[in-house]
Amino acid sequence: MPIKLTVNNVVATVDVPPDTPLLWVLREVLNLTGTKYSCGIGVCGACTVLVGGRAVRSCMTPVGAVGSETVTTIEGLSPDGLHPVQAAWEALDVPQCGYCQAGQILSATALLARTPHPTDAEIDAAMSGNLCRCGTYPRIRQAIHQAANAGQATEAGARASEK
Amino acid sequence: MQLNRRSFLQMIALAGGGFALDLYDRPWAVAQGSGSPPDLTPRAFIHIAPDGAVTIMARNPEIGQGVKTMLPMLIAEELDTDWKDVRVEQADLNEAIYGPQFAGGSMATPTGWEPMRQVGAAGRQMLVAAAAGNWGVPAAECTTQAGRVLHAASGRSAGYGELAAKAATLTPPALDAVKLKNPGDYRIIGKSQAGVDTHAVVAGKPLFGIDVTLPGMVHAAIEKCPVFGGKVKSANLEQVRKLPGVRQVLVIEGSLAAEPVVSSDPGMEPGVAIVADTWWQAQQARKSLKVDWDIGPGITQSSEKIARRAEELLKAPPANTVRSHGDVEGAFKSAAKVVEAVYSYPFLAHGTPEPQGSTAVYKDGKLEIWGTSQAPGGGRSLVARELGIPESAITVHMCRTGGGFGRRLMNDYMVEAAWLAKQVGGPVKLLWAREDDIAHDPYRPAGTHGLKAGLDAQGKLVAWRQHLITFGEGKHYAPSAGISAAEFPAGRVPNYAPHTSTMPLWLRTGPLRAPGDNALAFVGQSFLDEVAVAAGRDPLEFQLELLSATPVPMPAGEGRPRGRPFDFTLNAGRLKGVLELVAEKSGWASRKRAAGRGMGIAGWFSHQGYFAEVAEVSVDSKNRVTVNRVWVAGDIGSQIINPQAAESLVYGGILDGLSQMAQEITLADGRVQQTNYHQYPLLQMRQTPAIEVYWRTTPYSPTGLGEPMLPPILPAVGNAIFSAMGKRVRALPLARSGFSWA
Repeated sequence: MPIKLTVNNVVATVDVPPDTPLLWVLREVLNLTGTKYSCGIGVCGACTVLVGGRAVRSCMTPVGAVGSETVTTIEGLSPDGLHPVQAAWEALDVPQCGYCQAGQILSATALLARTPHPTDAEIDAAMSGNLCRCGTYPRIRQAIHQAANAGQATEAGARASEK
Repeated sequence: MQLNRRSFLQMIALAGGGFALDLYDRPWAVAQGSGSPPDLTPRAFIHIAPDGAVTIMARNPEIGQGVKTMLPMLIAEELDTDWKDVRVEQADLNEAIYGPQFAGGSMATPTGWEPMRQVGAAGRQMLVAAAAGNWGVPAAECTTQAGRVLHAASGRSAGYGELAAKAATLTPPALDAVKLKNPGDYRIIGKSQAGVDTHAVVAGKPLFGIDVTLPGMVHAAIEKCPVFGGKVKSANLEQVRKLPGVRQVLVIEGSLAAEPVVSSDPGMEPGVAIVADTWWQAQQARKSLKVDWDIGPGITQSSEKIARRAEELLKAPPANTVRSHGDVEGAFKSAAKVVEAVYSYPFLAHGTPEPQGSTAVYKDGKLEIWGTSQAPGGGRSLVARELGIPESAITVHMCRTGGGFGRRLMNDYMVEAAWLAKQVGGPVKLLWAREDDIAHDPYRPAGTHGLKAGLDAQGKLVAWRQHLITFGEGKHYAPSAGISAAEFPAGRVPNYAPHTSTMPLWLRTGPLRAPGDNALAFVGQSFLDEVAVAAGRDPLEFQLELLSATPVPMPAGEGRPRGRPFDFTLNAGRLKGVLELVAEKSGWASRKRAAGRGMGIAGWFSHQGYFAEVAEVSVDSKNRVTVNRVWVAGDIGSQIINPQAAESLVYGGILDGLSQMAQEITLADGRVQQTNYHQYPLLQMRQTPAIEVYWRTTPYSPTGLGEPMLPPILPAVGNAIFSAMGKRVRALPLARSGFSWA
């Protein structure tokens, strides 16, 4: 039965069994390969996407359960790859192999949306489900703080322009 | 099965660190030939468009070590162009024009440092010659700056783009004759450059092996026997063929040789391949697949039996003597104090984030592969041998890869993809599931060491005996399972004898990041700490004293191979240098002692790099360990090529080493008991210590950073735990010593 999905602001109809994991619909049906497979059991975070703004493990999310919530993948986070979180990642040259980074970036984006200025402890709590075999954690922490500060600057700029 | 001698030797070389030194000959020979490499020319590596845009080819596989950025930086520096004007492109496999193309042994820097700079300088010289010819002036009067050739006397200048077409017609100079820059003039080397793929990574572009998509491509998953090497007796193939999306179900007979010692890449493992429209469909179909396996000899193996056998062998006289210097037994008799301990560590899997896989297409006798290998040349040889296709008919593209860590020095998945392509007759992408990856790894071999040290009345180390219980047959060790005659503290103690005893193993083993050293440093540096404490000495002072002793010469065949530039012999001064630096930075001398808190120190030389590390830990009432801080001092020669990336690599090696301390692969009834990351944990962000990195620059040619920072962290943390709790970590994972990560 065809399933209707909104991915990166585009409505798509996919004809797959509803128990197909969202991950494989993204990768193999919609050709959005930025979302990565690594463990397939929801413990590593490489497949993290945003569903309704929340960070979820797409490998454990049946496509039939997504419903009308909007899905955002790394490809849809910004049109140019320059979302403040992506920009901070790039500025600090966070990736090593890079395989887990889409998941890391989306988890960080969800964190900053609900906690704009996280402490190290809040970062640890939010990010410890996203594993990195290359050990980029110190750079990720720095990048999240940098993105938070950039956000603060943007907010300040917005406030200033309102005056 | 006929062993492919060349690729086998190369594998040992990459894996071996200190052993089998002569086998580094092959990559070195490819890189250098006799003198400078005749085949390396700027034409292969540098392309300059008329508008001045410079494209530089990156020759080595990128597995996260930053080599796709670092090697082109060397070329761009000597070409004298602006880094912002450079576009980097991944080269295909073609060792005839690019030289050695592998990612292993931390060898990219030592094998690339000189030739890559020479290639850039030769390119610059050709552009200068083209300009000088156009202007009718001597080349010696011309200079270059940021992608332009200048003639100061006449005030003329021309961009590289204007000169490229003419330069390309000139004969390239001999590489060993080109003039290289004075390091003080570097504008790219030594300045932090972001990874050339960083933007594409954070934007989620398709870069990785798993992302390769070809028109008409089908997908494959392979079911293998849970016990290594088990063959397919029968399977419900017809039933599986009817499942949704399934195109073909194929039995892989396999080609494993019945060798007494299993090589790291022993041939194709038997199994059942399912080819489907999507990988998810192939993977789902596995649930309905029922295979009757001819399990073979592996079924009797278990970690319990291996441990029991190790205990028996430890009690027996050693089967092999790797080296015997002085009179070890006599020295123990006259020693004022003797210290004995048994250390052990488990099998480890690589667990690369991107599971194994490759994409291949076979058409008209030609094979094209999109690979994820660290040793694509070895992979091509293996494919040629296994499938009977000449190497000249095999094209290998190198994809960015989601982690290597030594796993992809083996090429089993490449052979499988190639075999599938031949069966399917169109493009096919193979992907292993995580469970396949954990269950069918070439594991870091487990090991048990019986150690005995003798101290004289002054508390000086006078004898060291080390008996390694490992895998193999006689002196033929399983891959990455041996110990060399040069193992620390070889040459530093007057009576010294490493021994081995082996037991058979029907399982693949292979190199894991810092092979050999990732285990031997834990054992050697932990026991040294133990001996220092027994001697009533400070562990740092004790080790510095050893390193200051007049060295005992290595036996023939060990140490630095004659006539080759790579130095695998310990330079005691450099190891002392990093130990002293890390002691200073960590405040080692004035460290405070408090219950449940402690600091530990360790140093190690591996892969031509010198690292010393201090860890500061807290241990709670339930023996849960928090690593609070780590200080690192490293010496990899005269130049840190890409500083921020280098620091990131050090962070990564430290955290990888900490991960290793809690991981374990065990066998029961021949089956690997761990299936996925929940039973094989990677360190998490919340467990990440603050890490400080300090460099000691020394006047030696720069060496690599894939590995040497990793080995010392394990003993540094173990020694810190002892300092905090008075209890030794002699068995890994930590749980076997009564500890866990907080």
